[in-house]
Amino acid sequence: MVETYIQLGVALAKALFIILLVLTAVPILVLAERRVSAWMQDRQGPNRVGPGGALQPIADGIKFLTKEVLIPAHVDRKLYLAAPVLLLVPSLMTGAIIPWSKPIPADSFVGGLLRADKWAPDGIPFQVANINVGILYFFAMASLAVYGIILAGWASNNKYTLLGGLRASAQVISYELSFGLAILSVLLIVGTLRVDAIVEAQSSGMWLVFAQPVTWFIFTVAALAETNRAPFDMAECEQELVGGYHTEYSGMTFATFFLAEYGNMTMSAALNVCLFWGGYTLFGVEAILPWFVTFGVFIAKVAVFLFAFIWIRWTFPRFRYDQLMRLGWKVLLPLSLGNVVLTALALAAHEMWGAPLWPALIVGQLVLVGGIALVSVIRAKSGATGNAASHARA
Amino acid sequence: MSSFALCLAVSAALFTLGVVGVMVKRNAIVVFMCIELMLNGANLAFVTFSRQHGTLDGQIFVFFVMAIAAAEVAIGLAIIVTVFKNRASINVDDVTMLRR
Amino acid sequence: METLLYLVFGLAALVGGVLVIVNRNPVYSALSLVLTMFAVSALYVLQQAYFVAAVQLVVYAGAIVVLFLFVIMLLNLGESDNLPAASGARRFVGALLGVTFAGIIGALVWEYASTAGVAAGAATDAGHTKHLARLLFKNYLLPFEIVSLVLLAALVGVIVLIRTRGSGLDASEADHV
Repeated sequence: MVETYIQLGVALAKALFIILLVLTAVPILVLAERRVSAWMQDRQGPNRVGPGGALQPIADGIKFLTKEVLIPAHVDRKLYLAAPVLLLVPSLMTGAIIPWSKPIPADSFVGGLLRADKWAPDGIPFQVANINVGILYFFAMASLAVYGIILAGWASNNKYTLLGGLRASAQVISYELSFGLAILSVLLIVGTLRVDAIVEAQSSGMWLVFAQPVTWFIFTVAALAETNRAPFDMAECEQELVGGYHTEYSGMTFATFFLAEYGNMTMSAALNVCLFWGGYTLFGVEAILPWFVTFGVFIAKVAVFLFAFIWIRWTFPRFRYDQLMRLGWKVLLPLSLGNVVLTALALAAHEMWGAPLWPALIVGQLVLVGGIALVSVIRAKSGATGNAASHARA
Repeated sequence: MSSFALCLAVSAALFTLGVVGVMVKRNAIVVFMCIELMLNGANLAFVTFSRQHGTLDGQIFVFFVMAIAAAEVAIGLAIIVTVFKNRASINVDDVTMLRR
Repeated sequence: METLLYLVFGLAALVGGVLVIVNRNPVYSALSLVLTMFAVSALYVLQQAYFVAAVQLVVYAGAIVVLFLFVIMLLNLGESDNLPAASGARRFVGALLGVTFAGIIGALVWEYASTAGVAAGAATDAGHTKHLARLLFKNYLLPFEIVSLVLLAALVGVIVLIRTRGSGLDASEADHV
């Protein structure tokens, strides 16, 4: 009987943990973005508030909390106020299936405290919910994030925000396809959609990125586009469409949009790490490490990815909207389809003719890369006329 | 009331609401949404019965229904957009004659 | 506990359905439809059809209703309907149909309500997706291929429909179905 209450408490604690994680990660990310971009642009970032600018996020937070929340008179109030929430909630919910660390063993200190041997003899899993269609749940929550963007653009009763919102949501649903197909390749190899099983399958040291670099690339590009992150942030940057779908928002409502974007970024990075970079495993060493050290390993990997996201943002110029759509539909989608086909062929070769698994997969990826190289060489050779026509129409 | 009967009742009610909506509403897009309500009611019945029989065939049919519904929504909305461009109205009562 | 969840989500689905019909603003109708889809997806989860629940959210709530919203917003149909109310005859027929359907299906449900709920061989969650895939690609392969052709036809049809006469593509909707 007590176990039920303990389980309930543990579940609530895990959910609270994710919210707190995002709430602490976002200010750190904001500061990191500003300092890292400053470092890349050979200038100092914010360094006035606290040592090295460490208290800058607190200053930002106070600013957002105390700024007046202006609700213009002409907006649709219900939708206007609901839109940031509709964007924030799915991005937080995606964190439910990510295993943040290895399961807490039932005989550890914490496990003994929570009497885990009765209700979780294999260890308390670090996921909020170990759904058996794990990654698909992530996919579902990511597709629900479209509503926040559309409604924010619509409710503001403003031509520019409407266009920005529609563009951003069209971008999100276009890149969802390649996102899903990249996940499909992973599913084909590992054979299960459960995220913790995928992480455990990589504990032997063979991280999936080594066997499927092209899949990882497709996944990362699609994740960048899904989170409206540069170089795909046309819909929300300052130089275009005034400010995109969050023009009419101020104060805490605006901060919610930022929270949602950085939360999405964190969760995409976390999923990327789980699927391709071994999650909390560390070449098999994690079996002897305590659970808080593997948590640190996971956070370190996610931090590397977040640094990479910031790096990419400040390196590449922005895509124009038509270039973005062309990339999503004409380049990334055929690429990911070809990737799925070749992965399936490699797996069939492994199962039917006994070819070793990892070399077969790598050969499949090399064939894909070779195909891309061939296609681009042919296109370049067939003259610039093809490119000029498509650019003239744009 | 068992969960089985409850789900069937919800499915029946959704379907009925969809039918009433299709008859009563005149905004073509809302009529479409009520058709989606009907399809959802049918899907729920499929899943409920499939669980009762212990097979997965019902869920396979749900996939097919979803795929066909998606295709139908795409074409239906394209037709509505074309009609709107010609008549500037989405009131289904205005589109009664084949010519103006 | 489970019955409570069934009741909550069933009620949410019905409330969403009623709101779709009652709302005069098409955008609110679309959002009520999302509520219904969400509640139906939750009902699927309660009946252990996890894959179908996720696909329902991705396809229905995440794509089809978004398509509805795109069309409503691009055609600027978001103001509350000030169209004249439906004629009395139409309302009467609607009510009649509603009562008839409710009556027929309600009678069937009443008859079924006495039978036991779940058969013993209900698919457990172990390898659920695997069983579905096996069924889909073995027993139902032909319908699967035909559905893919239907989707292709829909894609081509939509592009043909929205092409303006003479000039090139004038597509403003993102149709990815």
